[in-house]
Amino acid sequence: MSENENEITINNYLKYLSEGKLMGSKCKTCGQIDVPARKLCSKCIKPETDWIEMSGKGKIAAFTSINVGTPYFVKKGYDRKKPYVFSIIKLDEGPMVSAQLVGVDESHPETIKVEMPVKVKFLKVEIEGLPEKVDLGFEPA
Amino acid sequence: MGKLARKVALVGAGTSKFGQTFPLRRIPEHWTDAWLNAVATVDNGIEPKDIEACYVGNYSADLFNHQGHLGPMISSLVGLNPKPAPRFEGACASSGIAMRQALITIASGLMDVICVCGIEVMTEVPTVGVTDALATASDVSFEYTAGATFPGLYAAIASAHMHKYGTTWEDFMRVAIKNHINGKENPFAQMQRSIKDLMERKIAKIKGAGGEVPDWKDEFDYLRSPSNPPIAWPLYLFDCSLVTDGGACLFLASEDVARKFTDTPIWITGTGQGSAAIAMHDRTTLTALEATVEASRQAYKMSGRGPKDMQIAEVHDCFTIAEICAMEDLGFYEKGKAVEAIKNKDTYRDGVKPINTSGGLKSKGHPVGATGAAQAVEIFKQMRGIAERDRQVKFDVEIAMTHNLGGSGGTCVVQIYEK
Ligand SMILES: [Zn+2]
Repeated sequence: MSENENEITINNYLKYLSEGKLMGSKCKTCGQIDVPARKLCSKCIKPETDWIEMSGKGKIAAFTSINVGTPYFVKKGYDRKKPYVFSIIKLDEGPMVSAQLVGVDESHPETIKVEMPVKVKFLKVEIEGLPEKVDLGFEPA
Repeated sequence: MGKLARKVALVGAGTSKFGQTFPLRRIPEHWTDAWLNAVATVDNGIEPKDIEACYVGNYSADLFNHQGHLGPMISSLVGLNPKPAPRFEGACASSGIAMRQALITIASGLMDVICVCGIEVMTEVPTVGVTDALATASDVSFEYTAGATFPGLYAAIASAHMHKYGTTWEDFMRVAIKNHINGKENPFAQMQRSIKDLMERKIAKIKGAGGEVPDWKDEFDYLRSPSNPPIAWPLYLFDCSLVTDGGACLFLASEDVARKFTDTPIWITGTGQGSAAIAMHDRTTLTALEATVEASRQAYKMSGRGPKDMQIAEVHDCFTIAEICAMEDLGFYEKGKAVEAIKNKDTYRDGVKPINTSGGLKSKGHPVGATGAAQAVEIFKQMRGIAERDRQVKFDVEIAMTHNLGGSGGTCVVQIYEK
């Protein structure tokens, strides 16, 4: 465990995610918001950032319906006949994040549109032999 | 940012025959084949004693072959020990980087002759292992956990490009059709067949089996059939480059010694390398690759040339959308306008701006760590007028370019060549 429990680290970002919170960082100097949270502001590279919770609302910036997935998603139960959607979401607060998009027709990706409004959905993952975790997801708003 | 302190030339270049060759041909065979083919192109000959270092570009023998520490392994196979043999890694741009670093070393005056190796043998692991190894060139913490694959990341770029510029599936397929037509003429290519050939072969096979003959009018109908399954929508099988084993070898020499090897050196007059966030969600745009814009800006500035001066180019078409983005981000065409040039067949071998005469990564194959150096091999052959079969362009190539991407565009290396 870190000495400062509230330090901006990947581990603490993931811990928030497991509690159903999408957290970014806000720079005290220039106001830049970064998601996932960063210790050094991505714009002015100063280490004065604070945690800030995102509204979880945004729009699709880019997406794909994947038929040949990663081993991790194969373990999650996806395959050629059951594709999943990987997306890049532009949050209302400005930053973009990568996440699985659910609640859409993965087999008919032409029905999904860039700029479609979405909202965050925390995806509980249970894979045999692995600790339970939460992955970031989005669904149509 | 400055100029090269002295001129550097490419005096020899060759590749192995690309293909899926494991276990018959592994790293040593691909490397020594490439070496021998490159040696054969050096007019006055070249020997290990002439060479001062071996710069190796390789993405991940660690994951593909369970072999690290490739530098001295490569150099010892061609008698270059005890000379330096560093290895460079930048995903699919690994040997583009190795070549650029060799160029910089020679220009600095430290050495006169360096051998560049690009190598990757990918088929030692099953497809799922290849997918996984390639995915590690993305942001593993946040993209990989969201399900990103290598095709998936370029598919995301494609979705954004389609949305913004109205780019279509047919536009993507036109890139693949053109590159296969070129690859057919390349004896070193993995797939030496046009898509029309593949369609006719499929029809013959169905006929032979007594099946119902499909009414495909052209390649597009064939590409709409199950022979072209989706991999990561909007990208299908024929949008994707191949999984390939291959090696490439280049000999670079300073202006002080180049003419010992040949009367017709190919000068490398510009080089640039750019970087962008490895995670696509951390970039400012999804419809252009910022590292390409930066790498080409540096190379144009160094050479004093511009996009219009480039008569031919080998660009990094790991996916069809990547060739479209490269044509735009290198400044050959305005954003959103590359597809018009493709429709117009401007980038065909007999067009006004031939692109990927080698067949590109799509048809020649994409042994990731070897790709950057292999692109230079094609430019060397085209500028020398020695491209095999019917692949040689019909005009004298005075100025050309290679464009080599790493991962989903986190790294880009551009080189400019002149006679
Ligand atoms: Zn700041």
